[in-house]
Amino acid sequence: MKSVVLIKRVPDTASVFTINDAQSGVDTSRLKFVMSPYDEHAVQEAVNLKATAGGEVVVVTLGPPEDKEKLLTALAMGADRAVLITGDGIDSLGHRGIAEALAAVVREEAPEVVFAGKQAVDDDGSQIPERVAELLGWSHASVVTRFSLEGTTATVDREIEGGLLTLEVPLPAVFSTEKGINKPDYPKLPNIMKAKKKPLEEKSFADLGLTAADLAAKVTVTQMSLPRQERLNKLLEGDSATQVAALVQVLKEDEKVL
Amino acid sequence: MSVLVLLEQRGVLKPSALEAATAAAAIAQASGLELNAVYIGQSLADQASELAGFGIKSVYAYEHSDLGHYSNDAYVPIVRDLVEELGATVIIGSASALGKELCASVAARLGVELVQDAIACRWENGLHATKPVYAGKVVSEVAVNDSPAMVSLRPNVTAVARNGEDAPEILQREMPSVSLRTVLKEAAEAATGTVDLTEAKIVVSAGRGVGGPEHLPVVEALATAMGAAFGASRAVVDAGWIHHSHQVGQTGKVVSPDVYVACGISGAIQHQAGMRTSRVIVAINKDPQANIFKICDYGIVGDLFEICPLLTEAVKLAKG
Ligand SMILES: Cc1cc2nc3c(=O)[nH]c(=O)nc-3n(C[C@H](O)[C@H](O)[C@H](O)COP(=O)(O)OP(=O)(O)OC[C@H]3O[C@@H](n4cnc5c(N)ncnc54)[C@H](O)[C@@H]3O)c2cc1C
Ligand SMILES: Nc1ncnc2c1ncn2[C@@H]1O[C@H](COP(=O)(O)O)[C@@H](O)[C@H]1O
Repeated sequence: MKSVVLIKRVPDTASVFTINDAQSGVDTSRLKFVMSPYDEHAVQEAVNLKATAGGEVVVVTLGPPEDKEKLLTALAMGADRAVLITGDGIDSLGHRGIAEALAAVVREEAPEVVFAGKQAVDDDGSQIPERVAELLGWSHASVVTRFSLEGTTATVDREIEGGLLTLEVPLPAVFSTEKGINKPDYPKLPNIMKAKKKPLEEKSFADLGLTAADLAAKVTVTQMSLPRQERLNKLLEGDSATQVAALVQVLKEDEKVL
Repeated sequence: MSVLVLLEQRGVLKPSALEAATAAAAIAQASGLELNAVYIGQSLADQASELAGFGIKSVYAYEHSDLGHYSNDAYVPIVRDLVEELGATVIIGSASALGKELCASVAARLGVELVQDAIACRWENGLHATKPVYAGKVVSEVAVNDSPAMVSLRPNVTAVARNGEDAPEILQREMPSVSLRTVLKEAAEAATGTVDLTEAKIVVSAGRGVGGPEHLPVVEALATAMGAAFGASRAVVDAGWIHHSHQVGQTGKVVSPDVYVACGISGAIQHQAGMRTSRVIVAINKDPQANIFKICDYGIVGDLFEICPLLTEAVKLAKG
C-alpha cells in the first residue's frame, strides 16, 4: 500500500504577528514555523497504515527551500521518501495552483492513498485535499476521524455539524485528517538522525510540466490588518449574586439573547 | 453573467443557506447581476416559501431521495454543470463542514480560486471577501479576480435579511445519472436535545478550571438552561474529560454565536481563534489577570463553582 502525505510548513500561530508596512502581508522574519498540526495526523496515519499494510510513505510539500526541515520531521516520524516542489514563483501561487502542482506529483507517484491535513492553519484554505482528488478524478473524504482499510475500500468516519457520517470510499482516494484520528508520535533522536539519510528529491515546476505563470493566484490580498478589538471589557461588580443578576439583566435587556 | 447561491440542506434548509442567500442578494444588488439558487436534496416542497424576499429569480431544484444526503459524486457535477449552463460569474456557498467540501470540489472542477470561510463579502468592481487568517490574529481582505468568483461564508456571521415577499420560481430538475463511488454507510445524528456547536446561537464552554470530569455538569447545567451548545477548551479535551468534538479553537471548532460564555478558560490565543468572532463574550474566571478578560464584553471574577449554579438559576428564572 503506497501512500503520499501532503504537508505544509506554516507559522506557529502562537507567534506574535505584525503586519508589513505595505499592509499586504505579515512580517515573517520573526515567525517560528511548524508543520501544520493536522498534517502531523496525516503523516501518522500513513505511517500507521504502512505498519499494518506494508508499502511506502512518500511525503510531499510545496514551498520555499526552508520547508525541507519539515520534510525531515516527517521522515523522522516514519515516512520513507520526501519530495520538495520549489523554485521561482513559488510564492505567487494560490490554492488552485498549489493543488495543481501537488496533483502532478501525486500522479507521478501513483499511490493508492493520499493523506493531507483538513486545513493548513496559516490561511485555513480548507480546499487542497479536495482539489487534488478532483484534479486526479479520485474519490475523497474530508475531516476524517477514523480510517480503516479492507482490500481496496477504506471505511472512514467524517464529522459534520451535530453528526457523524460513515463512508465507504474506493481507492485510490484522498483523505483529509482531523484531530482525533490518531496521536502523532513525535520522533526520537535516532530517527531524526536516520531521517537525514533518507531520499529527499527537489522538483521545479518545469520538472512537472507546469509554469509558475499558469499557476499564479487569482485571489489578491488587498489589505491585511490586525483585528479591531471592540470589546466592552466590562467587569461586573458586587457580590456573586449581584454580578449574576447584572449579567442576566444585560443579556436579556441590552443584548436580547435570553 | 449571474450570481448563484448554493442552498445547503440537512433534511431541511439550513440557516446558513439563508445567510448565504442574504449575502448573495447584496452582491446581486450591488453588481446588477441576476440572482439564482440551486437546491440539491430530497424535497424542497414546503420550505420554498423561506426563499422569498432575497430577490432570487429562479431556484433550480434537484430533488430526489438519493440526494437527501450530501455526496461528492452526485452534488459536484450538478453544481458544475449548472454554473456552466447559467454562465454564473459569482458563486456563494456555506462554510459548513459539507459546504466547504462541496465548494472546494466545485472550484477544482471549474478550475477557479475559492475563498473558504469568509466572514463577509461584498461587490466593488468584483467580488471581495474578508477572511481571518493565522488563527484569527490577522484579518485579510482579498479581491477574487477569477471567474466565476467563489466564496464560502462562515455560518452564523450574517444576519438573515429579506426585502419584500417576492418568491422565486422553482424549476424542477432531473437528477443526472452518476455513478456513486463513495457509499454512505451510516449517518449518525447527535442525540436530540443537544445543540450543535458551530451553528449554535449560544455556546457555553468549560475549561481546565472545572478541575475534573466529575465537575463538568456544573457548566453543562448552565448550557442547558441557556439552550446553548456545550464547548470545551483543549485542556479539557486533552485530559480526556470530554470528546474532542466539543473543542473550540484553532484545532477545534470555530464558533460565532450571539453569546459565548467561557467558564474557567484562560483565553489562550488558540482558544480565541475559535471564538473571537462571537457577538458577545462573557467570561467567568477566578483570576482577574486571565487573558480571557481582555477579550470579553462582560466578565465575572469569581469561582465558577459558585457563579455557574447561581447563573443557571437566574437564567431559568429570566426565561420563565
Ligand atoms: C498548536 C496548538 C493548537 C491549540 N489548539 C487549541 C484549541 O483548538 N482550543 C483550545 O482551547 N486550546 C488550544 N490550544 C491550547 C491552548 O494554548 C491552551 O493550552 C488551552 O486553551 C488552555 O485551556 P484552559 O483555558 O481550559 O486551561 P488553562 O489555561 O489552564 O486555564 C484554566 C483557567 O481556569 C481558571 N480557573 C481555575 N479554577 C477556577 C475556578 N474554580 N473558577 C473559575 N476559574 C477557574 C484559571 O484562572 C485559568 O485561567 C492549542 C495549543 C497549541 C500549541
Ligand atoms: N503547499 C503545500 N504543500 C503540501 N501540502 C499542502 C500545501 N498546502 C496545503 N497542503 C495540504 O493540504 C492541507 C489543507 O490545506 P489548505 O487547503 O491550504 O487549508 C494541508 O493540511 C496539507 O496537508
